Amino acid sequence: MSVLVFVEGLNGEIKKSSLEAASYGSQVAQQLGTTATAVAIGEVHEEALAKLGEQGITKVLYDADDRLKQFVADAYVKVIAKAAQQESAKVLVFSNSNIGAAVGSKLAVRLNGSLATNVTTLPNTDGGSFIVTRGVFSGKAFADVNLTSDVKIIAVKKNSFEVSENGGATATVEKLSADLADADFAAAPKETVMQDTDGGILLPEAEIVVSGGRGLKGPENWHLVEDLAKALGAATACSKPVSDLDWRPHHEHVGQTGITVSPNLYIAIGISGAIQHLAGVNSSKVIVVINKDPEAPFFKAADYGIVGDAFDVVPKLIEAARALDK
Amino acid sequence: MKILVCISNVPDTTSKINFTGDNKEFDKNGVQFVINPWDEYALTRAIELKEAKGGSVTVLNVGEADAEPNIRKALAIGADDAIRVNAHPKDAFFVAQQIAAVAKENNYDMILMGKESIDYNGFQVHNMVGEMLGIPSVTPAFKLDMVDDSTARLEREIEGGKEVVEVKLPFVASAQQPMSEPRIPNMRGIMTARTKPLAVREPVGAEAKAEYVGFSKPEKKGGVKMIDAENAGELIKLLRNEAKVL
Ligand SMILES: Cc1cc2nc3c(=O)[nH]c(=O)nc-3n(C[C@H](O)[C@H](O)[C@H](O)COP(=O)(O)OP(=O)(O)OC[C@H]3O[C@@H](n4cnc5c(N)ncnc54)[C@H](O)[C@@H]3O)c2cc1C
Ligand SMILES: Cc1cc2nc3c(=O)[nH]c(=O)nc-3n(C[C@H](O)[C@H](O)[C@H](O)COP(=O)(O)OP(=O)(O)OC[C@H]3O[C@@H](n4cnc5c(N)ncnc54)[C@H](O)[C@@H]3O)c2cc1C
Repeated sequence: MSVLVFVEGLNGEIKKSSLEAASYGSQVAQQLGTTATAVAIGEVHEEALAKLGEQGITKVLYDADDRLKQFVADAYVKVIAKAAQQESAKVLVFSNSNIGAAVGSKLAVRLNGSLATNVTTLPNTDGGSFIVTRGVFSGKAFADVNLTSDVKIIAVKKNSFEVSENGGATATVEKLSADLADADFAAAPKETVMQDTDGGILLPEAEIVVSGGRGLKGPENWHLVEDLAKALGAATACSKPVSDLDWRPHHEHVGQTGITVSPNLYIAIGISGAIQHLAGVNSSKVIVVINKDPEAPFFKAADYGIVGDAFDVVPKLIEAARALDK
Repeated sequence: MKILVCISNVPDTTSKINFTGDNKEFDKNGVQFVINPWDEYALTRAIELKEAKGGSVTVLNVGEADAEPNIRKALAIGADDAIRVNAHPKDAFFVAQQIAAVAKENNYDMILMGKESIDYNGFQVHNMVGEMLGIPSVTPAFKLDMVDDSTARLEREIEGGKEVVEVKLPFVASAQQPMSEPRIPNMRGIMTARTKPLAVREPVGAEAKAEYVGFSKPEKKGGVKMIDAENAGELIKLLRNEAKVL
């Protein structure tokens, strides 16, 4: 019996959310008195795989099939199922990403397992139970769920666990082959287009997010958001009307109908704080609100606030941020 | 083209969330229920495809009778008929099994859902159904068009980019913005919805695999610390030295 963690790569490196999942997985393994194995697919450097030892992973299984460079759910599922079988894995850990949750859900069916997505705690295994806490009601509550099947599948909410570091430990890397057939690639993407982040940071992975709302008046003023983001090493986001008006692309829209983020720091500039917006950001650790209206509802959800005109306040913040020693 | 749209009946986005019975059950008291917002994108896209290519749109809900007003609303928006699987769902696996059972009896060309329910935030039912039926599931998709009578072209979001996928019918997809512009039912729609068929069927035997044992709410924030706009730079120092997030 072991714990199996699926890790996703990006540009040869392992995504931060997957490092969090690996840290989680090895803590679960410790709790259960076993070891944690990782399974990696696609384009990841071997050194990056071996370095998963830092997160407490002892062994990494790697399928280097070229066709897996793109995400193809059926093929990924087959590889992970093979790894799970080989390792007699009883606990499978994923990041709660679009890819991780998709393969996790399919594996729950294939392996007849219990699935919990959006998980924020390690399991409580008292008395033979396996209870994890997951975020529900769009950040307004948590639920404790007992995973009753023999196989337990967990998708860990991003930025809920620290990436652990284990003094230079390395994992052994072994090849894995799942004998994939052409049929497994029937739904392969025709085309994958990565956003041009201009060397910037991807929103779903970001630890700091600077976000702008309709209070910024127009796309021509977005340099305020971008410059502050750059000075802080942050990703940029926006409210729904801003993307509806095409001031910013849709993938930046956070909230109930956009993406959910849970960074360490969320800075909202000229956003009123409607409940649907809060649903996407309310699990951020620290929230800063900058708004010229002292009655803006967002202040109720904030840790720090400034009442003032963004066009005066933000340049001061940019200046102070640039002056920070890194 | 025969399209199945699965809709979930969820608390309105502005609802206060409370629990009863020793924090073991969601308190429906005073809560307004709506069609899950993401499911509306799926529903309107299905109706648009039907308007362009002909066929039918069936809506499906797994839930109790209190979901019927929103099922009728989906009919008023433009679905042709509805099915309600009469059950108190316990988890997503149970719901997926009910949807798969309905799908197996009817040859739907596509099964559309929302990306995620805004109550249990599972992001899983669509992929489970795809796996149960052995057909592709493309989630979350923000664009869906037909290439020809047997092939659809979808664009799905992945972290940091998008993928263009072409799949043969039948398939499952889940919708997110901006797949379509949700519609408000008009008077005629509301009138005709009353007489459109709504079949109620009993659930197939299926097990739940996740047992919800209790709920809790996040700790209240300690209150907001205000910084004078004149000294805005002070904020950056506080974020580093006090909040320790920089
Ligand atoms: C079903 C549904 C789903 C929704 N989903 C989402 C979602 O996912 N995400 C989302 O964001 N919204 C969503 N909304 C919309 C939401 O209700 C709000 O309308 C929206 O969030 C408002 O955006 P905003 O704060 O940018 O704009 P506004 O509400 O117009 O607020 C602008 C703010 O800027 C301030 N301001 C103006 N000028 C300045 C200045 N010079 N300096 C500083 N502050 C200034 C104003 O005081 C105001 O508070 C949804 C709504 C519905 C009904
Ligand atoms: C403890 C508990 C109590 C519950 N009580 C009730 C209740 O009283 N009444 C009730 O109706 N439901 C109830 N549910 C079911 C719940 O509303 C969800 O349908 C189910 O948990 C799946 O949620 P999810 O977040 O995993 O779905 P997701 O995987 O996030 O949903 C993705 C998509 O699947 C489709 N979908 C999801 N659920 C349904 C459904 N039920 N019918 C049709 N399509 C669906 C929608 O298109 C949705 O956008 C309860 C669930 C739990 C765990």
